[in-house]
Amino acid sequence: MLANFMAWIDKRLPVTDAWNKHLAQYPAPKNFNFWYFFGSLAMLVLVNQIVTGIWLTMNYEPSGEGAFASVEYIMRDVDYGWLLRYMHSTGASAFFIVVYLHMYRGLMYGSYQKPRELLWIFGMLIYLVLMAEAFMGYLLPWGNMSYWGAQVIISLFGAIPVIGDDLTTWIRGDYVISGATLNRFFALHVIALPLVLVILVFLHILALHEVGSNNPEGTDIKKKKGSVADSEKSKFAFHKVYTDKYDIVDAIPFHPYYSVKDIMGVVGFLILFCWVMFFAPEGGGYFLEAPNFTPANGLKTPEHIVPVWYFGPFYTILRVIPDKLIGMLGMFAAIGMLFALPWFDRGTVKSFRFRSKAHFVNLVQFTVCFIVLGVLGTMPASELANLIGRIATLGYFGFFIALWFYSNNENTKPVPERVTK
Amino acid sequence: MKKIIIALLTLVPSLVLASGGGAPLDHANNDITDKQSLRNGASTYVNYCLGCHQLQYQRYNRTFADLDIDEEEGIATLMFTGEKPGDHITNTMPKKEAAAWFGTAPPDLTLVTRFRSSDWLYTYLRSFYSDSERPFGVNNTAFKDVGMPHVFQQLQGVQELTADAKAMLKLPTKEQHPLANSDLVLTQPGELTPAEYDVMVRDLVNFLEYTGEPSKLERHRLGYWVLGFLVILFIFSYLLKKEYWRDVH
Amino acid sequence: MSNAPVNNGRRRFLTAATSVVGAVGVAGAAVPFIASWNPSAKAKAAGAPVEVNVSKIATGQLIRAEYRGKPVYIVRRSQEIIDSLGGHEDQLRDPQSAEQQQPTYATNQYRSINPEYLVAEGVCTHLGCAPTYQKGDFSEQVEGVDYGFFCPCHGSKFDMAGRVFAGVPAPLNLVVPEHSFPTAGTLIIGIGKGDA
Repeated sequence: MLANFMAWIDKRLPVTDAWNKHLAQYPAPKNFNFWYFFGSLAMLVLVNQIVTGIWLTMNYEPSGEGAFASVEYIMRDVDYGWLLRYMHSTGASAFFIVVYLHMYRGLMYGSYQKPRELLWIFGMLIYLVLMAEAFMGYLLPWGNMSYWGAQVIISLFGAIPVIGDDLTTWIRGDYVISGATLNRFFALHVIALPLVLVILVFLHILALHEVGSNNPEGTDIKKKKGSVADSEKSKFAFHKVYTDKYDIVDAIPFHPYYSVKDIMGVVGFLILFCWVMFFAPEGGGYFLEAPNFTPANGLKTPEHIVPVWYFGPFYTILRVIPDKLIGMLGMFAAIGMLFALPWFDRGTVKSFRFRSKAHFVNLVQFTVCFIVLGVLGTMPASELANLIGRIATLGYFGFFIALWFYSNNENTKPVPERVTK
Repeated sequence: MKKIIIALLTLVPSLVLASGGGAPLDHANNDITDKQSLRNGASTYVNYCLGCHQLQYQRYNRTFADLDIDEEEGIATLMFTGEKPGDHITNTMPKKEAAAWFGTAPPDLTLVTRFRSSDWLYTYLRSFYSDSERPFGVNNTAFKDVGMPHVFQQLQGVQELTADAKAMLKLPTKEQHPLANSDLVLTQPGELTPAEYDVMVRDLVNFLEYTGEPSKLERHRLGYWVLGFLVILFIFSYLLKKEYWRDVH
Repeated sequence: MSNAPVNNGRRRFLTAATSVVGAVGVAGAAVPFIASWNPSAKAKAAGAPVEVNVSKIATGQLIRAEYRGKPVYIVRRSQEIIDSLGGHEDQLRDPQSAEQQQPTYATNQYRSINPEYLVAEGVCTHLGCAPTYQKGDFSEQVEGVDYGFFCPCHGSKFDMAGRVFAGVPAPLNLVVPEHSFPTAGTLIIGIGKGDA
């Protein structure tokens, strides 16, 4: 009965084939470690954000007069509205935690290198859209931090010569942040950007499955057809699109092996997520900021305007450069550098495990600088903070520059032919 | 390299401390599971605060239900102006006039503890001191030059700056430190002893922490169940993963 | 060269157990989404029971109250009206109020707690129009009956207990909402007799 039904479908839409090609017979390296959980977790959080987001719009009122009160309405009057809202607000921060770790994985193991440049670019686009999505979503509660955060970021565009001021007015749709700004941000936040995000995620996965997953050792699990003895080949059956072209070694089908592993990862993640959501939804003032519990007030700036933590690194770069235009360019360049990472790295060895000591040091200093920039971004400016911020900014950009130089002729260790584990 | 990293990392906490600024706050140590304390706080609120400060997002009947107050009794003891039990806890103070009287319109207090913190509110309400230069004759160490009169003066009595604090304020600005509650001394006792007054303020703060998030208790209760469930699911999913991965060598 | 697992019971048991526990989790996660569609505290406050002072209604007079967005007709019936209710029962579709269009405490000839007061939703059971109260001139609709409700939309007719006449489009008697009289002159719509 079911078999007949599936046969009928498969003649019209290749469902079974797609299932096999992308899950049940998709070859994934068998040595994925902890860092490989974050892709599926990002997917989970995306679904969470979309579903809770849809439910929040059912009671949210996108207007300057009603937005703040409607959030409190959701928190108090709607059955379980508080839970839906906390799922969404905690999810926003969780999204960035997961995405930052996912990106860091790629950085450590060289997953951006040839032939995965486009995969990396799609990932960066997702990250960029995610930042825009988060920025616009942050205005919606219409708290005072929402208001002033948006005010500061939109004002950045005023630094652009000639058109700057007109551009900021155009973005706001008013001379100050107002209900008009809120309405357009709402439209983009709930419809346009999520749509783009979903399409990009689809392309990201499609590109991944075309080139295949990297792994912590950066070895290739697809060997030249006919180059591997049968006894050495992976004992599992894989889809013919892979086996026709390559001999597959050290791989396992994604389903069931990585699906059961990812389910375990998802549950582990949910324990942490729910722990924060149920017992500390403000995230110590970082996930929900105290000044946002008072309505937007265009005449009263919060004592310390700091962006949400996930914008911290870029905000610090902006702030420590003592020129508005250069600061803005610096901030965008910091993101641009990440886009261009596959071309800054001229090396062929992927994983840091087999790269030079210089690379390891460079990676560590980048990590420290990025974290320091992030921490500084959530703190008020001071002389000392600016000094440290400038050093960290140099470290951030220095990572890419140094990488370009030493990666051309790097003293690497031999990469094992096969996964060694 | 490592030394630089360590140096940077040790700088970070000192920056955090440096950014604190204000005087230390006293701890409210309130307990939102203590319903009697919440009921006392609600009673203090409607009697002393509601005239000026609304709780415009909080409903009477929700408050009654959460605080185990019988609705009939709640209507009789906490609702004075003929509202319906489903109404929000509001007053009829005209905003514009209020702004003229106090310099700024008295803010809504539903979310005050989420905005300012319970400890701040507890400290603030106990930190009024007499200052003849202010329009209402009082100032506050937690909120300099605040526009609000000390509505609990009769209960708390009159506090003044200690001699040390007064001397400190005469020093050059650089050598001054921000005033704190500990710079105050009670010079004229009120109807309540200091200990009784602290309890009253703690109950009020407790009530306002409740109004800041009425679902907080439910959130915690549900949280334990969800985490408990997830731990069980984790055990199963871990065993399942282990079982399947026996195939992988 | 096969995906076939070592097909043992443990694997099947763990798959089933994890699936079942997981399904419970998904069902649990669905609860807030489903529950959030219930009327909110705001809707409930707006739909809260309505108190009406009925002591000042003149005999034969109709007043309207609003309860959960619907008009509720309250008529203080004169003795003459009350007495006439038995007279035309042969012309009614459901004279004994067999259909549950009223709370059990109002399942009687007067369809009320107190014969003096008719409390019924002013919503025709045909297509929801508001019937008109015809005071004294209802006989132009039904001969020999002086008081009643006539629906202008499709001509449905109801007597002074909200009972529908036979031969009109409306299938059922007018709905009598939950109501009670906590004191003699006060009517509460929305709280049933004995619930308060």
